[in-house]
Amino acid sequence: MGDLGGQRVWQGPAQAEALTRVVDVGLLGQYVANGLMLGVIYAMVAVGFTLFFGVLDVIQFSHGDVLTVGAFTGLATFIAVQAAGIASPWLQLLFVILAASAAMALLGALIAKYLVLPLRSAPPLNILLLTLMLGAALRECVRLFYPQGANPKPFPRLLPQDSLALGSFTLRVDNLMLLAGGVAAIVAVHLVITRTRLGLAIRAVAQDAETARIMGIHFDRVVLLTFALGSALAALAGVMNGLYYNEINFSIGLLLGVIGFSAAVVGGLGNIYGAILGGFLFAALQTIGAVLLPGIFPGLPSAYKDVFAFAVVIGFMAWRPTGLIAERTAERV
Amino acid sequence: MTGFIGIAAIAAFSYFFLHAESQPAVLGLIAAAVVGVPLLGRFGWIERASRSLEANKLGGRIAIAIALAAIVWLFREENFAMLMLASVLFYTVACLGLTVQFGYAGVVNFAGAAFLGVGGYTSAMLAPHLPHVLVLVVGGLLAALVGSILILPILRTRGHYAALITVAFGILFRQFVEVNDALGGPQGLQVKGLDLFGWDLNSPIGELSFYTNYVLVGLALAALAFMLVRRLERSWVGLNLDAVRLDETACAVFGIDVARWKILAFTFGNFFAGVAGAAYAMMTGFVAPNSFTFADSLIMVSIVLLGGVGNAWGVALAAAIMLVLPEKLQALQEYRFLLYAVLVIAILMVRPQGLIPRRARDYFA
Repeated sequence: MGDLGGQRVWQGPAQAEALTRVVDVGLLGQYVANGLMLGVIYAMVAVGFTLFFGVLDVIQFSHGDVLTVGAFTGLATFIAVQAAGIASPWLQLLFVILAASAAMALLGALIAKYLVLPLRSAPPLNILLLTLMLGAALRECVRLFYPQGANPKPFPRLLPQDSLALGSFTLRVDNLMLLAGGVAAIVAVHLVITRTRLGLAIRAVAQDAETARIMGIHFDRVVLLTFALGSALAALAGVMNGLYYNEINFSIGLLLGVIGFSAAVVGGLGNIYGAILGGFLFAALQTIGAVLLPGIFPGLPSAYKDVFAFAVVIGFMAWRPTGLIAERTAERV
Repeated sequence: MTGFIGIAAIAAFSYFFLHAESQPAVLGLIAAAVVGVPLLGRFGWIERASRSLEANKLGGRIAIAIALAAIVWLFREENFAMLMLASVLFYTVACLGLTVQFGYAGVVNFAGAAFLGVGGYTSAMLAPHLPHVLVLVVGGLLAALVGSILILPILRTRGHYAALITVAFGILFRQFVEVNDALGGPQGLQVKGLDLFGWDLNSPIGELSFYTNYVLVGLALAALAFMLVRRLERSWVGLNLDAVRLDETACAVFGIDVARWKILAFTFGNFFAGVAGAAYAMMTGFVAPNSFTFADSLIMVSIVLLGGVGNAWGVALAAAIMLVLPEKLQALQEYRFLLYAVLVIAILMVRPQGLIPRRARDYFA
């Protein structure tokens, strides 16, 4: 998994060592900006996991690979739009986002309808394995059927490439826009959940599917819409990931999916705030692992950041077995 | 009698399948199995065969031993077939460990490949220094020891929360060995061939493939593991493990120590995976992070599920299917992971209980 998305965070122990020698405010700023960026992407993925868990009590593990497919859909759309002669980057971006989210919303709903809902009464392990395998299938499909899908693909730079200099810290405008876009997307999903009739229905189903049905809520339809919503968010995260790194490959979804899942679990499954918190927490752990650890333990390369982040997650689960914001459960025996 | 015919039929099928070179022949055999086995089941022949084997346990065991010996003898000079067979055997051992974990005690483990890896890296580091029998045991012990880090979080969590712990650990392990220079980094390490009491398994005896040696070791290990797991299943320990899986709360109420049995099953299973990993690494001659990815853990879980959770025979059958099928389908080599994924999804949708579902305990047997 060495070549995956999360791996390419300001790598190079040299930079980290520089940090320990002189506290470079600019560099620290870069790390914080990078961590926030990663956090927003992780949070977007985690929100999807937590939404699905909320309505169906299942983990849709192919979520990360839905993100990959979304990013590749975006790339294909870009190529098509460019071929159609639309030159404005804003219009191109609009088409890319629309096409990717729409296609993934459809894919998410299809997965829910034909793979997850039929297995609702099966043991949770079966659904987990089914969606894990579905993720592998999606990944392989991208690798095999996208033209030269096995190679990393350059992702177009559709955002302005200017940067603002703030002392020794240069802030890239595109990063700022991506960050704002991600936060806006999460806020939008949150508003949908808390302020709309659909959101009310989703929350009702999450609380008690049986009662929601009696109250006239079309259970299957709500589940499909929830999956569509979460998957569209993942597609957006995939496009953002592409815009941020200017490169995508078929396996970005695997690590992003695991990280999103970890973030959702650490936050507490079924809780949107928990998922957001978990996403930023994981990004913070990675950044700490990359920056501070080599400073504290000289000779420990920053490549250990994922090892560190996952080790902390495991330790954390021993401390809070149901995450930061615990699910309220009462078990009837 | 039907039981013996069944064993002979399976052996013959394995022979032809391993022997088949051309793609049409392979595809024909697969089609025959896919159509034939459900047909036989429909007419009750499989049921009759398994009952006849149960009635005559000793005879059945001897027949299976003869069938295996015959297959090994027929392919003794062919590297590829022997490599496949040995891989299936080592994977069977590891997956029997997983069976104890989530087939019996219900402890999910999505880091099977990591524990294989602990065994593999142990043999890479220790093989030059220690007698190799000891290396195998130490490989297993280290896997169990490394697994014990996870015991506390696993005991405290349930369901999906518990699944996360092993998923995270599997990825952590892979990243760790990749960035750790002492363990060879991304290139991995060379491993010395297995040497049992002066018998160097890498030097072939006469015309025989040297993999034949490993098949023999694999057979011994698998037989041992098989015996242990079956005994465990039938014993009062197995009864406790089943109870823990089926209802933790009820167990606790009746004074069964849930934590103790979960720890036992988890440690036992990891030990098996570690031993299998150590032996497997000595056979292939190297270990590298890429052999212990999350996908490999998934393959192990799929083997257990495909065979029928908790069924030891199912594990052997599923390991054979999952490992040999993609190798034989040369035309589909490129698509093998896709094939795996679709196969497992289809099994989960159509036959969630697996190919050979585990039978209920028989009080009178």
